[in-house]
Amino acid sequence: MSNYRMHVMVCAGTGCEAAESKIIIENFKEELKLKGYDQEIQVVKTGCFGFCGQGPIVKIQPDNVFYVKVTPADVKEIIEEHIIKGRRVERLLFEDPKEKVKLEKHDNMDFYKKQYRIALRNCGFINPEDIEEYIAFEGYEALGKVLTEMQPEDVIEIVKASGLRGRGGGGFPAGVKWGFTKNSPGDEKYVICNADEGDPGAFMDRSILEGDPHSILEAMAIAGYATGANSGIVYIRAEYPLAIKRLEIAIDQAREMGLLGENIFESGFDFDIILKLGAGAFVCGEETALIHSMEGCRGEPTKKPPFPAESGYRGKPTTVNNVETLANVCPIILKGSEWFSSIGTETSKGTKVFALAGKVNNVGLVEVPMGTTLREIIFEIGGGICDGKKFKAVQTGGPSGGVITEKDLDTPIDYESIKEIGSMMGSGGMIVMDEDNDMVEIAKFYLDFTQDESCGKCTPCRIGTKRMYEILERLTNLEGDMEDLEKLVDLGNMIKDTALCGLGQTAPNPVLSTMRYFPEEYEAYAKREKTKSYRIDPEKCIGCTLCAKACPVNCITGKVKEAHVIDESACIACGACFTVCKFDAVIKP
Amino acid sequence: MAIKSLDELKKIRDASKKKVDLREKGESTDNMIELLVGMATCGIAAGARETMKALNDAIEEAGLDNVKVIQVGCMGYCHSEPTVQASIPGKEPILFGNVDVDTAKNIIDKYIISGELLDDHVLNRTFRKA
Ligand SMILES: Cc1cc2nc3c(=O)[nH]c(=O)nc-3n(C[C@H](O)[C@H](O)[C@H](O)COP(=O)(O)O)c2cc1C
Repeated sequence: MSNYRMHVMVCAGTGCEAAESKIIIENFKEELKLKGYDQEIQVVKTGCFGFCGQGPIVKIQPDNVFYVKVTPADVKEIIEEHIIKGRRVERLLFEDPKEKVKLEKHDNMDFYKKQYRIALRNCGFINPEDIEEYIAFEGYEALGKVLTEMQPEDVIEIVKASGLRGRGGGGFPAGVKWGFTKNSPGDEKYVICNADEGDPGAFMDRSILEGDPHSILEAMAIAGYATGANSGIVYIRAEYPLAIKRLEIAIDQAREMGLLGENIFESGFDFDIILKLGAGAFVCGEETALIHSMEGCRGEPTKKPPFPAESGYRGKPTTVNNVETLANVCPIILKGSEWFSSIGTETSKGTKVFALAGKVNNVGLVEVPMGTTLREIIFEIGGGICDGKKFKAVQTGGPSGGVITEKDLDTPIDYESIKEIGSMMGSGGMIVMDEDNDMVEIAKFYLDFTQDESCGKCTPCRIGTKRMYEILERLTNLEGDMEDLEKLVDLGNMIKDTALCGLGQTAPNPVLSTMRYFPEEYEAYAKREKTKSYRIDPEKCIGCTLCAKACPVNCITGKVKEAHVIDESACIACGACFTVCKFDAVIKP
Repeated sequence: MAIKSLDELKKIRDASKKKVDLREKGESTDNMIELLVGMATCGIAAGARETMKALNDAIEEAGLDNVKVIQVGCMGYCHSEPTVQASIPGKEPILFGNVDVDTAKNIIDKYIISGELLDDHVLNRTFRKA
């Protein structure tokens, strides 16, 4: 092996790949070869760095310099300036949105400062397609330790004592779940990794699988040993092609090295893993529906009990764990339960990964200790609201959760506290909304999603969510009335009480919670007072015609130097006129 | 090759560490010795690339894991290129000039490992920094 003196690490997560990081990698390789530096400088393809809003990201080591928003055209400059001459390419450094200074080290950025990465420990740091790089960072040592030095009971005890809870939404203690499966009689058992990730807006599971697939395989084998299972199955949606490819490569490599297969570490323990691809239905993330889908049946949930731990895949005892839950297992085995339980709050230990999106400056994946406040996540790590606008609310828990407003921003977040303030942890999606967001439209968006994703098996969910959606449509079309608001609450509570599975039981949450915090917005629609179009203040308009030129549907008319008028029936409320007006004459709806 | 024991795994780990070494060193900030190699046009023309390689080889040979070699732009001593600044935590940085391949090896073997300064190669700083 030749000795490299520098690593050029290029993010090849889905976000950065969509932004041409593949071409960037090729350009680096070609250009380095052309310049005769390919024996000194290695180009490394990595998983997600998490700072997706700034992608594609290129990091140079050992200099520890972090370049953002790199394009294929920038490669030549990085090579000629930084790699050959040792000079930073200033214009590609990240600029702190508050201080307006260029930062070259990622540890100085607010985005990374408050983060603590356990589940994402290797993402952006190793080449996910090279098992040796995973091994270099203690990969498969936890499995080795478990198989050669520990009894299954000891493994379960450590995971229990660590306080690790399910990251798939339910928050059920992982060790307790493993104990149930272990104690269920049967010589054929299964470990399932739930990689369905159906919450629109969440992408932490995908990033872990793309950036560090071996960590999941290793944890599944540990779960297998602890519970007495010899087969593992990753249920992953077919819409995640890159994650699937990396998992396939990882499984092949692990088998080749004897880390999956028969008699692992000569301990007599056999374990192998296969993938099952799902078609991407939200309900198939629910564990019973997921199992039915794997069995070739319709992806519909069934009543619990029996829980999968007693009767799961093919009627056998089965452990179903979320990707992020599993990603925490190996560090717990290696560093001990006390280390893990020292992080977080009284009831919720460790960290949580959030997918930060919406109207926030630093969009991306963030991993923080439980107990971090939303204000820290949104305003420090997230860099605050875009364009200096005002914060209005944040939606957590995806289509099953609710909104959290200004007054609860300082609540330390864990499974319990977030429920108390009217939302839920869910899988960790976090959509930030600013003053311009219409909360009724937001609720309608989520309900459109759930009524569409309802599997149709139980009446409350199938028909109830549809009716709720129709009422919301009526309201937003200004055809509803105050009675509709009562109906929404009644119907919502009824669906929550009577639906068969978690999908229906939580589907009304976005509506009920926005009604609770923003009743005036619902009333404006119910009383038909809500205006949906922009208007022009004739007192302020000087007739400069900028708005008329900007309007994409040509619904603004008026003579030069005379006040203009917007045709409200044709206005699509795009806001183009508002943005261009220099005289504050355009009034928002 | 199949791994049959924890010891075998650890052997592969240690061998693979080399692959990711640069990244680990880059991330860690405390107690790392930094060797800055001037790699502007003047440095490269005077052979800084070979110097850098020699430094890296010597570090690997000596098995040092607390030294990182970083290339930097012109340090202003074009008359004495290639130049290398050695920054050991807690000590004044020392600037070496005319660092050819042999001198590079000496920087590691003598200065870094035993703290011995090299005759004829230490440059005096001629300016103050803000
Ligand atoms: C409608 C619905 C969708 C769900 N989607 C997911 C999902 O995409 N991923 C996931 O891990 N868990 C999902 N769950 C939770 C699973 O049923 C199950 O609790 C989880 O996979 C258990 O793993 P954990 O204990 O490690 O969190 C969903 C639940 C419901 C009700």
